[in-house]
Amino acid sequence: MSSKILNKLSHNILGVVAKRKCLSSGGMECWNRSVTHFTFNPQTPSTKSGDTTRMNLFQAVNNALDIALTTDPTAAIFGEDVAFGGVFRCTVGLQDKFGKDRVFNTPLCEQGIAGFGIGMAAAGATAIAEIQFADYIFPAFDQLVNEAAKFRYRSGNQFDCGSLTVRAPCGAVGHGAMYHSQSVEAYFAHCPGLKVVIPRGPIQAKGLLLSCIRDKNPCLFFEPKILYRLAVEQVPLKDYMIPLSKAEVLVEGHDVTLIGWGTQVHVLHEVCQMASDQLNVSCELIDLVTVLPWDKQTIINSVKKTGRVLIAHEAPITGGFGAEIAATIQKECFLNLEAPIYRVCGYDTPFPHIFEPFYLPDKWKCFDAIKKLINF
Amino acid sequence: MFAKKFVNQKFLLNEILSKNVQKFINTQKLATNPYNKSCLQISRRHLNSTPLSSVLSPEQLATSGAAPSTTSTSAPVDVMAEDVPEFPGSRSKWTETLRFILPEHFEGIPVYRVMNRKGIVIEPSEDPNLSQDMVTKIYKGMTILNSMDRVLYESQRQGRISFYMTNYGEEGTHFGSAAAINDDDLVFGQYREAGVLMWRGFKLDKFMAQCYGNCDDLEKGRQMPVHYGSRDHYFVSISSPLATQMPQAVGAAYALKREAKGRCVICYFGEGAASEGDAQAALNFAATLNAPIIFFCRNNGYAISTPTHEQYRGDGIASRGPAFGIPSVRVDGNDVLAVYNATRQARSICVDESRPVLIEAMTYRIGHHSTSDDSSAYRSVDEVKQWHQKDHPISRTRKYMEHKNWWNEEMEKSWKEEAKRQVMSAFTNAEKQLKPNWMDMFTDVYHEMPDNLTEQMEELRKHLDLYKEHYPINNFKQ
Repeated sequence: MSSKILNKLSHNILGVVAKRKCLSSGGMECWNRSVTHFTFNPQTPSTKSGDTTRMNLFQAVNNALDIALTTDPTAAIFGEDVAFGGVFRCTVGLQDKFGKDRVFNTPLCEQGIAGFGIGMAAAGATAIAEIQFADYIFPAFDQLVNEAAKFRYRSGNQFDCGSLTVRAPCGAVGHGAMYHSQSVEAYFAHCPGLKVVIPRGPIQAKGLLLSCIRDKNPCLFFEPKILYRLAVEQVPLKDYMIPLSKAEVLVEGHDVTLIGWGTQVHVLHEVCQMASDQLNVSCELIDLVTVLPWDKQTIINSVKKTGRVLIAHEAPITGGFGAEIAATIQKECFLNLEAPIYRVCGYDTPFPHIFEPFYLPDKWKCFDAIKKLINF
Repeated sequence: MFAKKFVNQKFLLNEILSKNVQKFINTQKLATNPYNKSCLQISRRHLNSTPLSSVLSPEQLATSGAAPSTTSTSAPVDVMAEDVPEFPGSRSKWTETLRFILPEHFEGIPVYRVMNRKGIVIEPSEDPNLSQDMVTKIYKGMTILNSMDRVLYESQRQGRISFYMTNYGEEGTHFGSAAAINDDDLVFGQYREAGVLMWRGFKLDKFMAQCYGNCDDLEKGRQMPVHYGSRDHYFVSISSPLATQMPQAVGAAYALKREAKGRCVICYFGEGAASEGDAQAALNFAATLNAPIIFFCRNNGYAISTPTHEQYRGDGIASRGPAFGIPSVRVDGNDVLAVYNATRQARSICVDESRPVLIEAMTYRIGHHSTSDDSSAYRSVDEVKQWHQKDHPISRTRKYMEHKNWWNEEMEKSWKEEAKRQVMSAFTNAEKQLKPNWMDMFTDVYHEMPDNLTEQMEELRKHLDLYKEHYPINNFKQ
């Protein structure tokens, strides 16, 4: 990670955090930490992708939104501060290109944003709502869980809000503390009717976001904010979609199955290499991609082959989505398991500020878990 | 508007001040003096002849009845002292008098009525002169809703349906408002608006099917009784969480505005629901995003057991509208003509000016909150009786019709029998129907059925093969 990118990142987060008026002016030097807890592993686009261009994750999101508005005249983007380009630059240039009635700011009210989006979708328009940070999605929890998720079911399929997508930046960012770091996917994974999707990089982000926007169900799209500037790939310029509810095997292996999503995929990718180099262990790495409804079969197939599993996520371990995956593996692959299923996750504490390096399920914690899995 | 532009553009203000100071000051006073009472005389005639925005601005409403301020009467002073604050967050003048705005300074917003309790139109020019057919249709609708309420309330008491909520005393708000909007305007309701759906031709069979959750229910038996919805009637399915429909209705109105087909949204809610955060979200979003929506509040005095003095301390719900920049009005909800007039005018404002309107219909919840509630535990039977006997939308409409010689005792008698016959026939029919196939429990969770649900449906099928005698399977379609 170049220092230039890092400075931009820090600057950006600083601006946003200050906007939320939750931090004093002290302690700024710690935001210029020069190490992240992972190394981004860029994906190479397939040869059939056509023309590509270098994009980071926020640019890929912007590109997907641009395509969504171009291809669907009913589509509109709204949320807090999206008009000038968004606090993470994801909507830059879109208002100029598509007009104020299609890209606009809302009052500062998350339950209003979610409810407004549901209503737009129910009236037949494509609604792309932004919640500024996943940490602030909870005021909209009622609208998303009681309303969006149940809209089609309760009306007997007479009404739906399937053309609603809610985007929100999520995950650790180095210094986001309690309210700019959370991974909230498990809260929504318990809610039939929603789809929950998390990309690991720009190519994925573009294709998955377009799938979410065009999917006939309300989707929550959580963007790992630490990747916005840091993750750079050659992203295809064309309009393409990546299927939801489909996990992806990124590295094939035969000793241990590693399962993660979002930024954690990159942590686990490094761990694969460490395990191979230092332990001569062959890991199979799976990006879950969609948390709900999730792709059981890809995971079951892998575990039947390897017999050992490590699941890692940033969110706290108790009630985290890793528990759901572990319980399912235990039922479906009981005879294949050679060791207990390990979960390396955030601790059951609020997400801390200065203790972040100790909190995260980093590569060393995951590496240690692999040792234990192998030696069990 | 003149003054506001200056506030926002300092350079322009300075330029104008230097060119023609006195002219500016005069204009500003005219434009912003909130105590110009002549602006506040609002009647339907005015509204018909003048663009509404020039008569009924939110800031005028907000300050109606306020005590005069000392600054507004002070003599002209130094020119520079007459400058205006430049804060982006408001459009104010300076004052050197510390004075809190007290709610006591405001008179309650008056209740607009067309006819009195005897059904006599007070101001003939306010009579919307609805046709005999239309008034008869409204009356018949209100009475048949009343008959359906009685039958379904009793059927719940007998354990034949699980739950019910009557509409007693609020029939006028439903039919008066529904008749004033277009049949393809989108309705978002709370749960006590069955009359709106009835006005649009939703059949008694379908009401009953929903309450019984039988195989004719459009919602496939998934929701509690009275949670009606019909795509064909542009009536969005009711859900239990209160006020959630409010910001949704705003989003839908915004989408309709972009569609540009002249449709709008009406959103009903009770005064209790108005305390939810979603209500504040909705009013604010609607105003800032210029959504063509009618917010229709049924203020019936109670939210279950909670009386309005424990619900709010301001002047009801209507007074909140101007604070959000929304034209607002309060009407007699037991006066179907007043409700009609207000809703009709509101619809014009919505569609013509692309902005929200708030109507607060004052009424009284004559029935219990629901079949799970005994309201005598928190209010007197006499109070209820009073409203039922002296001020009921149905009896008032009947008196109006009798004055016009459109209705008489004989017609009343035969219609009552006919209404009862129709309701009982739908009721017996609904009770006979089977419930939907159990597999409908798994469909429509998503647009497509995901693998986990396919698996779970298969699990249940296998389970039922083995244990069906323990389930009420014969009541359900196979």
